[in-house]
Amino acid sequence: MPHIWCAGCGHGIVMGCLIRAIDRVGLDKNRTVIVSGIGCSSRAPGYMDFDTLHTTHGRALAFATGVKMANPSLNVIVIAGDGDLAAIGGNHLIHAARRNIRIATVCFDNSTYGMTSGQYSPMTPTGKFASTAPYGNIDRPFDLCELAKGAGATYVARGTTYHASLTVNLIAKALEHNGFAFVDVLSQCPTYYGRRNKLGGAVEMMKWYKDNAVPVQAARQSPEPLPPGRFMIGELFTVTAPEYTDEYAGVLERARERETRA
Amino acid sequence: MVGAGGVRLMQGNEACVEGALAAGLRFFAGYPITPSTEIAELLAERLPQVGGAFIQMEDELASMGAVVGASLAGLKAMTATSGPGFSLKQENIGFAALAEVPCVIVDVQRVGPSTGMPTSPAQGDVMQARWGTHGDHPTVAFTPWSVSETFSLTVTCFNVAEELRTPVILLLDEVIGHMREKVVLPPPEAVTVVDRKKPAVPPGEGYSAYDPGDGDIPPLAAFGDGYRFHVTGLLHDRSGFPTNDPEEAAYLLNRICEKVERRRARLTMIESRDVHGADVVVVAYGCTARPASRAVRMAREAGIRAGLVRLITLWPFPREDVARLTAGARRILVPEMNLGQIVHEVESAVAGRIPVVHLGKVGGVLMTPEEIFEAVKGV
Repeated sequence: MPHIWCAGCGHGIVMGCLIRAIDRVGLDKNRTVIVSGIGCSSRAPGYMDFDTLHTTHGRALAFATGVKMANPSLNVIVIAGDGDLAAIGGNHLIHAARRNIRIATVCFDNSTYGMTSGQYSPMTPTGKFASTAPYGNIDRPFDLCELAKGAGATYVARGTTYHASLTVNLIAKALEHNGFAFVDVLSQCPTYYGRRNKLGGAVEMMKWYKDNAVPVQAARQSPEPLPPGRFMIGELFTVTAPEYTDEYAGVLERARERETRA
Repeated sequence: MVGAGGVRLMQGNEACVEGALAAGLRFFAGYPITPSTEIAELLAERLPQVGGAFIQMEDELASMGAVVGASLAGLKAMTATSGPGFSLKQENIGFAALAEVPCVIVDVQRVGPSTGMPTSPAQGDVMQARWGTHGDHPTVAFTPWSVSETFSLTVTCFNVAEELRTPVILLLDEVIGHMREKVVLPPPEAVTVVDRKKPAVPPGEGYSAYDPGDGDIPPLAAFGDGYRFHVTGLLHDRSGFPTNDPEEAAYLLNRICEKVERRRARLTMIESRDVHGADVVVVAYGCTARPASRAVRMAREAGIRAGLVRLITLWPFPREDVARLTAGARRILVPEMNLGQIVHEVESAVAGRIPVVHLGKVGGVLMTPEEIFEAVKGV
């Protein structure tokens, strides 16, 4: 099938991980809605056979919240890039996390705005180059997983396109999680981010993921903090908390009781 | 009290809620903003009583997004706001127009621009309602002049949105939203309710959410019905998937605009009084139509042959009707609480045949009959 992604782009791998996870968990294709925003990653729903909604820039979680509230029995999945989710849509990310609404959110995190050819995003490391940072990026990036956790997400994980098998597991757990689940998947953009920063092609960029990812168990056993440039992968955080649409079912119940009394 | 008819004293904002529920509203997403907040507050109480969903979102953009999502999941959906929030919603209103997602947006107008005067009335969002979102798109907007009409027009908004698969805007203003008047609520069975057309074929048998077949409005399945369809804010072909084909793109834009244009006559609601033989016709709408109505009566009592045209449908602008109802006049007066918005449409409708005089008022105080009467004498 023709698609919009460049040669070497990691997004096809992330989409493949999502599809394998959906298959593993056994979600009903007719009861699953995939919602995306704007950007390279957000074109993925158009390649998948579900009810799919390609929304406006940054707003995927807002549209998805409407879908889920309107019909809580649907499986709702959000796909978004790091610019979409962490910059223009940052408010929706933290509030969806705060509500703990059951939306599995997969961030296709390539540290750049690929669709517009390589401007710096909230995930571009300090010092890296971008078309809008020709002298080096002075912004400090988010730790998106810490952000999601701090905002109230009840399942937080990180994978990479190199660690595809792990990423399938992480997304599968996100899909089964009853609450807001966030999976940050590092995905290489050799065309704009890699080339501008002399990181090599897709293979070299994925090898960098391999060399610098530290499994969460190993990182937590070590008394030393992670050295700069290294990052944790795996299931970073999970906790049980009331899910939003379950809580709303309680609102409906209380409203009915009050009506009956009246 | 759910769905009970009868005589009630209520605010315009409250009548809007009653109308929405009577029309089948089952989803509301909003964000607090004066002078529309009562709509959200009342629906927070009422929607759960009918099994519907209410959510206060993190901002105005999210509210509009959630409304579109909920509508695609099959519920009748609405949001309510005022000027600043209406501005923020515009991108997603454009999405709803292009993706043909039925929904209702209530804008209780206040003085703008910017934060303006949050508790004072204005009619400054008339052009934002028409052109607030970018690109060519259809607009349907109605504006009531009473609390009672707010009820019936809210029902109309939902019916038109559902039938035409398009966002519909209800333009209230601070006066109509907060004023209390007597309303006779009809019993639920007396309210005409239109639902969106669902696919005629079962899942898997060639349904497309963007193929109108022999008509001009495609049926709309709900997410979860099994049809597995794609919705995008990109220009799309009849399959619903993005296209760069110039012919398909032009076909789509023309179709979504023409589906409203073609129904202009049916969408037009307009009233007139004493226009035959009138020298001066006052064309007014919303809260300004109230003092305008009195002013025309004062003019008649003073021996001036004056008439009134009241616009209920603002968009699509009823240009043929305005031209017809003002045809015999020597002057047209357009009072509105802005510095000149609908007046340009009126000028365009009469195409220079009759001088059109604008009476604008800003600053947050309703026009008085005397002000309009003086203007009628002056023209």
